[in-house]
Amino acid sequence: MAEKITLSDLNKTLTEMNVQSLEGLKIEGDVEIEIDAGAGGVGPLFAYYFGQEAAKIAMQLMNFAKAVGYPVENLLQPVAIASAIAPAPKDLAAAAAAVPAFKMASALASAKFTVGVDKTWRNTIQEVTLGATKADGGSRGHVVKLGGEKAMPFFPDASMPHAPKITMDVFDMPIGMAKAVKMHYEDVINSPGEWAKKAVKKFGADMVTVHLISTDPLLKDTSAQDAVKTVEEVLQAVDVPICIGGSGNPNKDPIVLSKAAEVAAGERVLIASANLNMDWEKIGKACVDNGHVCLAWTQLEINSQKELNRKLMKVAGVPRESIVMDPTTAALAYGLDFAYSNMERIRLGALKGDEELTFPMSSGTTNAWGVRESWMVRSPNKDDSDWGDRMLRGPIWEILTGYSLAMAGVDIFMMMHPTAVAYVHEITQSLMGRIEAKTPDTAAWLKMGV
Amino acid sequence: MKETSPLNLYKQLPQTNCKKCKEETCMAFAAGLIARTRKVEECTPLVDEKKYAKKLETLKSIVAPELRMVYIGVGEKQVKVGGEDVMFRHQMTFFNKPPFAYDVADNMDEAKLIERVKKISTWRKFYIGKWQGVEMIAVRSVSDDPAKFAACVKTVMANSDFPLILCSFNPAVLKAGLEVAAKVRPLIYAANKDNWKEVAQLAFDYKVPVTLSVPFDLDALKSMAVTFAGMGLTDLVLDPGTAPNGKLLQQTLLNFINLRRAAVEEAQRDIAYPVMVLPINAWLTTDDPVRASYWESVLTAAFVIRGGAIMIKHSLDAHSMMPDMHLRFNIYTDPRTPVQVKPGIYKVGNPGAESPVFLTTNFALTYYTVESDIASNGIDAYIIAINTDGIGVQASVAGGQLSPTKILDSFNEAAFKWEDQKFPAMVLPGMAAKFSGELEDLFAGKAKIMVGPEDSGRIIGWMKDYWPPKK
Repeated sequence: MAEKITLSDLNKTLTEMNVQSLEGLKIEGDVEIEIDAGAGGVGPLFAYYFGQEAAKIAMQLMNFAKAVGYPVENLLQPVAIASAIAPAPKDLAAAAAAVPAFKMASALASAKFTVGVDKTWRNTIQEVTLGATKADGGSRGHVVKLGGEKAMPFFPDASMPHAPKITMDVFDMPIGMAKAVKMHYEDVINSPGEWAKKAVKKFGADMVTVHLISTDPLLKDTSAQDAVKTVEEVLQAVDVPICIGGSGNPNKDPIVLSKAAEVAAGERVLIASANLNMDWEKIGKACVDNGHVCLAWTQLEINSQKELNRKLMKVAGVPRESIVMDPTTAALAYGLDFAYSNMERIRLGALKGDEELTFPMSSGTTNAWGVRESWMVRSPNKDDSDWGDRMLRGPIWEILTGYSLAMAGVDIFMMMHPTAVAYVHEITQSLMGRIEAKTPDTAAWLKMGV
Repeated sequence: MKETSPLNLYKQLPQTNCKKCKEETCMAFAAGLIARTRKVEECTPLVDEKKYAKKLETLKSIVAPELRMVYIGVGEKQVKVGGEDVMFRHQMTFFNKPPFAYDVADNMDEAKLIERVKKISTWRKFYIGKWQGVEMIAVRSVSDDPAKFAACVKTVMANSDFPLILCSFNPAVLKAGLEVAAKVRPLIYAANKDNWKEVAQLAFDYKVPVTLSVPFDLDALKSMAVTFAGMGLTDLVLDPGTAPNGKLLQQTLLNFINLRRAAVEEAQRDIAYPVMVLPINAWLTTDDPVRASYWESVLTAAFVIRGGAIMIKHSLDAHSMMPDMHLRFNIYTDPRTPVQVKPGIYKVGNPGAESPVFLTTNFALTYYTVESDIASNGIDAYIIAINTDGIGVQASVAGGQLSPTKILDSFNEAAFKWEDQKFPAMVLPGMAAKFSGELEDLFAGKAKIMVGPEDSGRIIGWMKDYWPPKK
């Protein structure tokens, strides 16, 4: 060890090192200065309490002391420094004392991460088959299966037996559409058959939904007899399973949908939909009589959903394997939080044992196009930042509306924009681990160009 | 907090019913703690009086969130990250929406850097009575040069007061950034298996929160978290890896679900830290900017819903920022509070005798949308918000919560004086047009019934064409 020096020697040396002043620094008598070199010096603690300048000087002092052989065995105690550097107010000294001494770990600990599964999930969601092939008395090329889940979607507890499916909308008369959607259908807007073909062949739809909106008394008031010709046209144009929708008129839909159910007998279509505000029994029975699946539609209310499901089963006699629920899709920014939590509660309730809720769910994702942010050219609010290109804004609005609800438990999406269909398909497939792709170095973003 | 009974919290309160917290009783205050509407610190006797020190300590540990909360930044822009108690939002609510940190890089030229910082800091959109915006800036070191990084951080700080994330795996670079920014308490990104000692030292020296980055290995991530906690470093953010595609993307989601579950359902405190998401990684999968920004939004959505606590993002395109902001807003809306406004007559601007009366429902989203469309276009008008139990126009017309008689009753309750109006007329939302006939009968001689646009964004155009009404 080096020899001891006196304080006057120290001061002299500091002066030689061109240290002009050590204001606020008092060293009296025998001061023991302990330094832990392993902790990387004590400078920052000074910086924290006394500012950088004082700390720099103090660091010099420490280094000097170390160089000339001052004892450096142990940790430098914060309180000692605090009172050594300045006659610190009591609370400061106390604060310094409260800072625990920092001790660098010599190696990483070795821990195991484990986590359980949710043991309260004991029900399986009903599996529902849509479409019927020749073998089953229909004419579809293949069937679509929904449901069968034992856990929340994409959770580790149990894998999903079937990927979420997408059925694309076809209308039986031209309707108003957002510009970004319309451009994809202008050539087929007057021909539901061609429209259905385009949805399946070009856009990869798993199914199509033919909406008989022309039957609305406020639109064309087409008779059920005439309207169902469109159903026949679509059944002949494509061989995917189909869904048949009405106009939403509670008085006319039961008539139209019953007729449609007859025309499509044996094809196991999804009839959309039965609702508590209409003659749901007529629709339910039409499904039973013709071997179809009934879509039970309620408006964002879990108890109404239970009531309707119960009535369809008990009163109309619809079997469990022939019910799909539509708990209503309020789109992104237009109440998605209600739709999301309603569906998540329904699915959790089902998994935990509520037999009145153990059915696959459907989402009218096309509702995203009712949100102004999806279609308006620019913001009506002058103080908003620029809304950008609506042709790009619309599809992503539909993607996020659908995809969010996939996370809540939706099994089948009614959608409109081909880009949105492709993305919802891709992300749901990805989260099921079905898409092979080379994952880039996930730290590469740090050095990515802007 | 797992506790659900106010009684068990009451035991730790002074039980004096002193009313200093403005509650009638200590039990009411305890109920507020359960509902998370009150904070322990609001019981001033408990905090100030020495004799309660032990109770205070106990109470604080009971009400602490299951998932640790970390503060980043200082002052009013400070963000809270983590602090969650539930797995699914309807079980209570999600509390702290994940801040979006948009990136800048230290190899940008100064003008471009400043432009990007300003764009990040000033971006905003009005939604349900509030401005949505960005919370943070992530500064990336592309140069790996401490001096360049420090200069970049300095420029960012000169042009924005947003909390920062300093991003580099090089401790010398991080140190240079901290020399400039430590006083505003940035988050540093990140400690990894190679640099963890140096980065731990920095986190201690500069008293800043630190990210632990251990991609796709939760055992190793937990090991590092335990190590840091053992050194007294508990302001931690975890980066378990964000894979933008392939099977590792599935693994990413599973990791997030498992981490959240361990924290809030199994009370595994040694891994219960906020988790970082890197939607920016979408940009590593494609050269097509539309594809990249769409995919970035998709990744954002996945982890806004399933446990992401803080996100580093890249796309400043409106078509990416708008949906992401809205989704986050929707998911983090407190489901316990009805999003309604008080029914009645509201004034926008300075309405007088020549102003129209627009009708809408008391669903907050609907009301604020109409209000902002009227206000931002400088229109003076009245709005009557009809009590539809917080249901929007289209749904309440279909569901019967909005009806002609309800409208009549609402005007009567509000005691609106039609006789003071030069053009007594109410403007119906386009989606309620079918009520106009019946309303004409109900309001005969009192007010004219006009049908407005289906979307209130078109009120400005409607005013030009139809207001004041022709005789």
